[in-house]
Amino acid sequence: MSYSPEVRERLERDAKEIIGRYPKTRSALLPLLHLVQSEDGYITDSGQEFCAEMLGLNKAEVVGVATFYTMYKRKPVGEYHVGVCINSLCAVMGGDQIWEELSEHVGVGHDEATADGKVSLERLECNAACDFAPVMMVNWEFFDNQTPDSAKQLVDDLRDGKPVSPTRGPEKLCSFKQASRVLSGLPDELAGEGPSAAGPSLEGLKVAKANGWKAPEA
Amino acid sequence: MSTTLTPVLTANWDQPNSFTLEGYGDYAAARKALTMDPDAVIQAVKDSGLRGRGGAGFPTGMKWGFIPQGDGKPHYLVVNADESEPGTCKDIPLMMANPHSLVEGVIITSYAIRANHAFIYVRGEVLHVIRRLQAAVREAYEKGYLGKDVLGSGYDLELVVHSGAGAYICGEETALLDSLEGYRGQPRLKPPFPAVAGLYASPTVVNNVESVASVPSIIDKGADWFASMGTEKSKGFGIFSLSGHVTRPGQYEAPLGITLRELLDMAGGIRAGHRIKFWTPGGSSTPIFTDEHLDVPLDFEAVGAKGSMLGTRALQIFDETTCVVRTVLRWTEFYAHESCGKCTPCREGTYWLKQVLKRLQAGQGTEEDLSTITDIADNILGRSFCALGDGATSPIHSSVKYFRDEYLKHFEIGGCPFDPKKSTVWGDQ
Repeated sequence: MSYSPEVRERLERDAKEIIGRYPKTRSALLPLLHLVQSEDGYITDSGQEFCAEMLGLNKAEVVGVATFYTMYKRKPVGEYHVGVCINSLCAVMGGDQIWEELSEHVGVGHDEATADGKVSLERLECNAACDFAPVMMVNWEFFDNQTPDSAKQLVDDLRDGKPVSPTRGPEKLCSFKQASRVLSGLPDELAGEGPSAAGPSLEGLKVAKANGWKAPEA
Repeated sequence: MSTTLTPVLTANWDQPNSFTLEGYGDYAAARKALTMDPDAVIQAVKDSGLRGRGGAGFPTGMKWGFIPQGDGKPHYLVVNADESEPGTCKDIPLMMANPHSLVEGVIITSYAIRANHAFIYVRGEVLHVIRRLQAAVREAYEKGYLGKDVLGSGYDLELVVHSGAGAYICGEETALLDSLEGYRGQPRLKPPFPAVAGLYASPTVVNNVESVASVPSIIDKGADWFASMGTEKSKGFGIFSLSGHVTRPGQYEAPLGITLRELLDMAGGIRAGHRIKFWTPGGSSTPIFTDEHLDVPLDFEAVGAKGSMLGTRALQIFDETTCVVRTVLRWTEFYAHESCGKCTPCREGTYWLKQVLKRLQAGQGTEEDLSTITDIADNILGRSFCALGDGATSPIHSSVKYFRDEYLKHFEIGGCPFDPKKSTVWGDQ
């Protein structure tokens, strides 16, 4: 199945803009895979064919790359893709318990989506927010300092269509497809929302200010 | 006097507009650099003593100096923003709160190495950070800090924010370059080093986010100012990331050479009622330390002398409720998951380590399994294609060294002697 002429025209326009940024066209392959994922919600045959055509590659070359990277999904994920960090630090701090309780609560396992297509779950490796452990991500936005109860509440809210805010991110969570579009290099207008930094990110600065500590003068 | 914090990169993070140009400033350091000879910029960074903040600690100015000049080839700067080493969480908040320090550093660095095209390769799993980078780059273009004729200097620079797609291995610089060229992210044989044949086989500097973001302050305040902080061979400041069983985990920007004891004092100590058991000085690939090492100066030399590595200053702290075998198992599962498959020692070795550790953790192992895991690790270390394989052996060797009895205890009692609930954030409630 390939894209309708309208969709194809739009994707081509976006793809050409992205390709134009790179000295060599093949560099645009990862961004284009994010782009087709923003259309389809996962990496489809049509998406891979489209990338191959735009970059003058054969489909096998594109598939070879797409299968290497875990963010390119081989089957549909939920509108909200929920990750729980189970790397050592988060696991010890409670990530393991969160995963067990959440997975049981939602009734799906790693890399599986609910029947209504609303939510999928993933066991995540370290997402670089260890000072906020245990950490969860939804559509690659931070949900810091989680507990089993907060995790279940979060997913219930997502399935009920209630508004949900990341702890460090825009006011409203966007969909997996919208997130993929930003990853392809086509910005939305949400960069200004959310705090500069929050919680643990500011602990050192708070201590420095309380003690009047500064870097030396030049 | 004990060491105090020195906020530079983190100094404006508590301002609501720190991520905008208005909140950051007018790129005074880039303006200054563009009036200097590029070689003088390289010399200033050499004189500052800045060493790579991505873990390896290679002198940044020296790396820039390796770029051949007048070779007629395009040069590239690639910022490694693929922060994925377990425990490492400094570049992500830095780019979220202060992306302009990175963009300004990119301008100065690119100018110094005579690159007209630069890339920020950022891991894909941090959407809001990517937005902030995209917005900062757009603002810089609008102000004429990027693009044709930067700030009227006649120098041209294009900067692209490029999102990865979930592969730890792409933090290895040559795998990153393959990934940026649109391939599977697998490391390349070195030499040739990226300085000679990097992106598109052209001379390329690959620098960590924090290294590049530190450059504007060096140009602005001087190499001597930077070198006045830190220790003899590890100059300047760096962000120390405390996580785990700490009263106030977070980002603490301090001179290199500060100790964990000093940092813990500032962070309120180990969580109430508990004591430190083991910790990593710089991510999961750096051999673990114990309470014996609280006073080791956290610089490249002192940490190295005690058998570990400073790495990314990712201080993951675990208290006495934590099972070291379980922790090492999880790190090992991570390495097995992230092994790119290119070389046999890492691909097969991490897979088998995982199998044996699972058995050990479940209390079904034997003392022979301990020899097996150290033997496998010996066969990975120094024999794998890149540093990921070496890194995978650090938790194995160091945990067996310090906690052999705890491994033995698992099969003595036929299970894990720890209750995982006790180590959770809510474990004391």
